[in-house]
Amino acid sequence: MIHDIAILGGGPAGMAAATEAARAGARTVLLEESHAPGGQVYRKPVFDGPVDADRRAGDALRAALAESGAQVITGVRVWGLGGGPLVAEGRAPFVLTGLGAEVSARALILATGTHERIIPFPGWTLPGVLGLAAATILLKAQGVLPGRRVVVAGQGPLLYAVAAKIIAGGGQVAAIADAATTYEWAQALPRLFARPDVLGRGLAWRARILGAGVPVFSGARVAEALGEGRIAAVRINGRIIEADALCIGHGLVPATEASRAYRAVHVHDPALGGWVPVLDADRRTSVPGLYAAGDGAGLRGAAAAPASGQLAARAALRDLGMDPVGRDPTAAFARAARAGAAMAGMMALRPALVAAIPAATEVCRCEGVTRAAIEEAADAGAGTMNQLKHFTRCGMGPCQGRMCGEAASALLAARRGVSIAAVGFATGRTPLRPVPMDAILGDFAYADIPVPAPAPL
Amino acid sequence: MFMGMSLRSIGFMRNPPVAITVFGREVAAHPGESLAAALIAADVREFVAFCHMGVCQQCLVRVDGRLVQACLTPVAAGMVVS
Repeated sequence: MIHDIAILGGGPAGMAAATEAARAGARTVLLEESHAPGGQVYRKPVFDGPVDADRRAGDALRAALAESGAQVITGVRVWGLGGGPLVAEGRAPFVLTGLGAEVSARALILATGTHERIIPFPGWTLPGVLGLAAATILLKAQGVLPGRRVVVAGQGPLLYAVAAKIIAGGGQVAAIADAATTYEWAQALPRLFARPDVLGRGLAWRARILGAGVPVFSGARVAEALGEGRIAAVRINGRIIEADALCIGHGLVPATEASRAYRAVHVHDPALGGWVPVLDADRRTSVPGLYAAGDGAGLRGAAAAPASGQLAARAALRDLGMDPVGRDPTAAFARAARAGAAMAGMMALRPALVAAIPAATEVCRCEGVTRAAIEEAADAGAGTMNQLKHFTRCGMGPCQGRMCGEAASALLAARRGVSIAAVGFATGRTPLRPVPMDAILGDFAYADIPVPAPAPL
Repeated sequence: MFMGMSLRSIGFMRNPPVAITVFGREVAAHPGESLAAALIAADVREFVAFCHMGVCQQCLVRVDGRLVQACLTPVAAGMVVS
């Protein structure tokens, strides 16, 4: 069967897009990698636990999706993309191949969310160092503390969310190192008044942290994580702070692997988190039938994501000759996106952190490529991210550059004296995720292998 | 230095614990929780879990001989992690 609309990614944008599409009568299918729709912010906890605002918002989106009649396939890792613009003749349906599922659809909405940007520093590969977004998943979905005495560092609102959750869960926060100054926060504050609920939550986090007497270093960065085989301490502003875990993150990066693989036109916009597909007002990409919604199309936060998913679904419905039934979400999106934009600004790439990476520090942790090796390649002629891969293998390991790409492209651009936009991004290719060989090969007998006739001598 | 306190927060309705084998030693874990969370809660020190969302591939382990990401793998009774 060919669906009308497929949605890749079951976070708030994907859930709302699927709900909107199915309500209008489109044959709709949603593909989600984890075991329940929700995404990272609204991730459904494994076990019933404390109910907070995120849990309620996530449950409401999940309930609407379940009622909408959309087919929801969870626990599927989509690794193959085909059809659409990748087929030479005319318009072909989009084909998504996952482990155990294959879906075809006339329109495809990408709602793939983000992953975390972590600018490298000495010791960042030690066990006990993890991302801020990682820590929120661990704390909220699993109910597990990352450590007993934790340093929380980096930038953006997640810093305070993670610190507050650790304290609420019974852990100790040894220190917070915020790369932003209090002046920067003060400047971002007025735009948050567009979302008093979000602002109120932020203030509650701050109150809990102040109440626990946690030292907060503003405008500070982690110089290194120390320890033998495991983190034991963190150096900040010349002080050594004992810790058994470090949660650190420098913002979120839109996950654009799928729109890259479909060869949509992208633009580098630091205010949206980095590389994003170019979209029209209705969230159409440059590829006919391909749409993008949520933070994966540009950071505007979980609160803005449902409205952006609805916008994409409505555009897809109209392009397929169907009529949307819900209310126009344009105004709701604009309002939520205003607060989201202020937070995206607090999470933008900080060139000073990249400049501070020592020469011997591994930037690409999969392939062990140091800053010195990247700059050597730049001096030897590597001028783009694709060329950097050829020179050094940077970004060619199991994570496919998702962890190192941001730092590597900033280092390469700085060394070449050009903008980050000028060094480009690694070409998107399938498989989107590592897949076991047996999943691709399937079952076959040796005799089934076609052996071409040898060339005549 | 900070040992003794459980890393599992109270207030979660967990499934009753089961035994799994991790790098040769027996560890208690709750069926359904992610293997990465279980290894952190069990103070398995040589284990790296970096992104907890299936992106970074740092938490690759073998479960019953198969290479998997610990952050995306739910705990089940009797699993052998190597």
